[in-house]
Amino acid sequence: MDRLPRWADVALVPLISLLLAAIISALVLLSIGQSPVEAFDVMVDGALGSAYGWGYTLYYTTSFIFTGLSVTFAFHASMFNIGGEGQAQLGGLGVALVALALPWPHWTLALAAATLGAALFGAAWAAIPAYLQARRGSHIVITTIMFNYIAAAFLVYLLVDVLRPAGQMDPASARFPEGAHLPALNDIPGLNLIFTKPVPANVTLFIALAMAVVVWAILWQTRLGYQIRAFGKSEPAARYAGINPTFIIMVAMLMSGALAGMMSVNNVMGEAERLLQNSSEGAGFIGIAVALMGRNHPFGVVLAALLFGFLYQGGAELGLWTSIPIEMRIVVQGLVILFTGALDMMVRMLLARIFALFRSRQPGVA
Amino acid sequence: MADGTLAIELKGISKAFGPVQANRDINFAVPRGTIHGIIGENGAGKSTLMSILYGFYKADAGQIFIGGKPTAIPDSQSAIRAGIGMVFQHFKLVQNFTVLENVILGAEEGQLLNRSLAKARKVLEGLSRDYDLDVDPDALIEDLSVGHQQRVEILKALYRQADILILDEPTGVLTPAEADHLFRILEGLKDQGKTIILITHKLREIMEATDNVSVMRRGTMVATVKTAGTSPEELAELMVGRKVLLEVEKKPATPGAVVLKVEDLRVSDEHKVERLKGVSFEIRAGEILGIAGVAGNGQSELLAALGGMMRATGKVTLNGAELPLAGKGSDGQSRRRAGIAHVPEDRHHYGLILDFTAWENVAFGYFNEPEYQKNALFMDNAALREDTRRKMEKYDVRPPIPGLAAKSFSGGNQQKIVVAREMEQNPDLLLVGQPTRGVDIGAIEFIHNQIVALRDAGKAVLLVSVELDEILSLSDRIAVMFDGRLMGFRDPEKTDERELGMMMAGMAGQGEAA
Repeated sequence: MDRLPRWADVALVPLISLLLAAIISALVLLSIGQSPVEAFDVMVDGALGSAYGWGYTLYYTTSFIFTGLSVTFAFHASMFNIGGEGQAQLGGLGVALVALALPWPHWTLALAAATLGAALFGAAWAAIPAYLQARRGSHIVITTIMFNYIAAAFLVYLLVDVLRPAGQMDPASARFPEGAHLPALNDIPGLNLIFTKPVPANVTLFIALAMAVVVWAILWQTRLGYQIRAFGKSEPAARYAGINPTFIIMVAMLMSGALAGMMSVNNVMGEAERLLQNSSEGAGFIGIAVALMGRNHPFGVVLAALLFGFLYQGGAELGLWTSIPIEMRIVVQGLVILFTGALDMMVRMLLARIFALFRSRQPGVA
Repeated sequence: MADGTLAIELKGISKAFGPVQANRDINFAVPRGTIHGIIGENGAGKSTLMSILYGFYKADAGQIFIGGKPTAIPDSQSAIRAGIGMVFQHFKLVQNFTVLENVILGAEEGQLLNRSLAKARKVLEGLSRDYDLDVDPDALIEDLSVGHQQRVEILKALYRQADILILDEPTGVLTPAEADHLFRILEGLKDQGKTIILITHKLREIMEATDNVSVMRRGTMVATVKTAGTSPEELAELMVGRKVLLEVEKKPATPGAVVLKVEDLRVSDEHKVERLKGVSFEIRAGEILGIAGVAGNGQSELLAALGGMMRATGKVTLNGAELPLAGKGSDGQSRRRAGIAHVPEDRHHYGLILDFTAWENVAFGYFNEPEYQKNALFMDNAALREDTRRKMEKYDVRPPIPGLAAKSFSGGNQQKIVVAREMEQNPDLLLVGQPTRGVDIGAIEFIHNQIVALRDAGKAVLLVSVELDEILSLSDRIAVMFDGRLMGFRDPEKTDERELGMMMAGMAGQGEAA
């Protein structure tokens, strides 16, 4: 197969995939008697048409950056961590325990401590499957999936029997103290000129963006990242080079779990301000699609997270303003994942042929 | 039978990959019913040309004529329809399918297999008989020897009614006896009117098996000559573009103190089968010890154990210090720190990360070196790139672009990257496995000279090779390995291929003192 120019590989392929997903989505909408044009209008307007819409889009984006980075980091060690959901929920527990532990004097302190707590709890939850993979050869995909269920059940138990304040009806923790309240974008001087209405997007967005840079630096600028990538590409070669497989698997999975856990700073601390059941709401799974679409590169992940943020918020708007069922957003997301992930090679091969054809027609060449 | 018509004719074929012109205006013709050799250094463009012929790549320019007709070959299905069959260097067989199932794979007719299988069985019996191919149609591929697996590949092509058979480096994996059998099969095919294109870098095979030979150099076809009218020296010169010494020139060794002392080394594989059954030897400074033997007799395990890739028992001392053979301190990093460099037998599997760039590969195994660190946190990628550029120039790696992925280099240049990396670390002991496997003549000469230069600099070298020529011309002492044991030591001046061959087969070998 002929190779594609780099710009086509990075930009054109995902764009065409998205276009295809949009076309099929439009057909689905037509088939249920709805107008795709109207739906698209509502989605774009709702998600990107106002600062208020952006406030929601960026809120979802923040979560997806964390979980996308989580999948990406493990992937470079050729570990398919699909336990982001469970790790994020445990991260939420870490956030809640930190936030409820003290009457925090200032949100910066609370944020630092909660981020650390979230990372530690997420990492700890990833540590067990990682150890089982590294030392016992239990497949990481199987164990991380199972740990998602264990996490969910564990949190239900904690929320019902341990963390629920006496007299409260719903299974949730107590509300976090005032000092643990994170500034939303509309609370930040300067940004509050843009975001005039309260939005859920908060300072955690900046932590997410910083983590993208950190992940990039670790993977491509440090010895550790070098070893992780080498191990991920070829385990026998890594053994030849004297790279310790157990160490690499543990580090990659711990970091991956920590990133997934840190997502909970955004939703648990930044938005809900108490720990709820199923706090991660599937963001752990979206992270897989985000990493896939972002080509497992941190900067690609940020862009893909933005796209999925848009889909999430736009989809919610659909349910709000049209008679299109909110489930439609799952259909659209599914199609985006299908085309950008699973059918990526289809578009790629097609493009490669078109490019080859184009090249052979250039003047001066028979 | 040769009837004077052309089976294949290529006119003006060109193909570029980005800035690299892999094929430049190639013209060549193969008469029907002949065996045509294509020889050239790695990276000369042989594989690209054959990939164009088999529809893997599309030529940027030029035309292909099959049997005199202009033919477009956009994919391998079209190549098969045009009567072209390809036997790849790395076989494309399903290991747990039978021979029969592999042969019909992709050529099944209808939804039910039974009819295809019955038909294939009949055809296969005919083919086996006609061409002396002798393959049991019901055997599982994984139970067959490499030589037999290759015959299955040939059968696959013949079953698809190939008239033109392309074989890419077919003897790389065969024993000398299997290679001879292969050439007999090819002769038989030729007598039946098939046309055969044989791609190889081994001059001896070209001289033995082909009628005509085309030589490629740096993407162009520099000559096509009758084999009977040429000589290995002339072909080597055409390939490389300058005179080549086919023999290694070296001074007599001046061995110094013992560097490596191995006593009763034993290694078991993951199935707990003992592969190395108590091996003892020593290597002195300024000495090359060659280990001869048929592949799979424990040489790989010897290298793996010394290189820190497999745990072992016994006693190994390097410069008087004992090396741990299992657990802490027995990994590849510790071995490198102790002064052992290792050019592994299989560069694709171990020596390189093919998706990594050249400069990333130059750090492979040596990523902890202080010179590659910017500070406690970050690696100095810029310094590493610069270091790689220097090494690439010194070892004549082409193209000398540190940012190019390892997989984009030809086999010979990949090997030079590995050799450069290991030798430039100035080790006390160099482990080299199959240093010139899949490497072209020009690079072979270069790599051999580097190994000798390292010896002359007073280093110890352990050379493992299945090429007897290589063992005989490089080693200062030869040990022959058979079934996990050393059969004895020989002085290369006082032995010959016949004696070593007997020892390699497990016969005789009254050992001189180690």
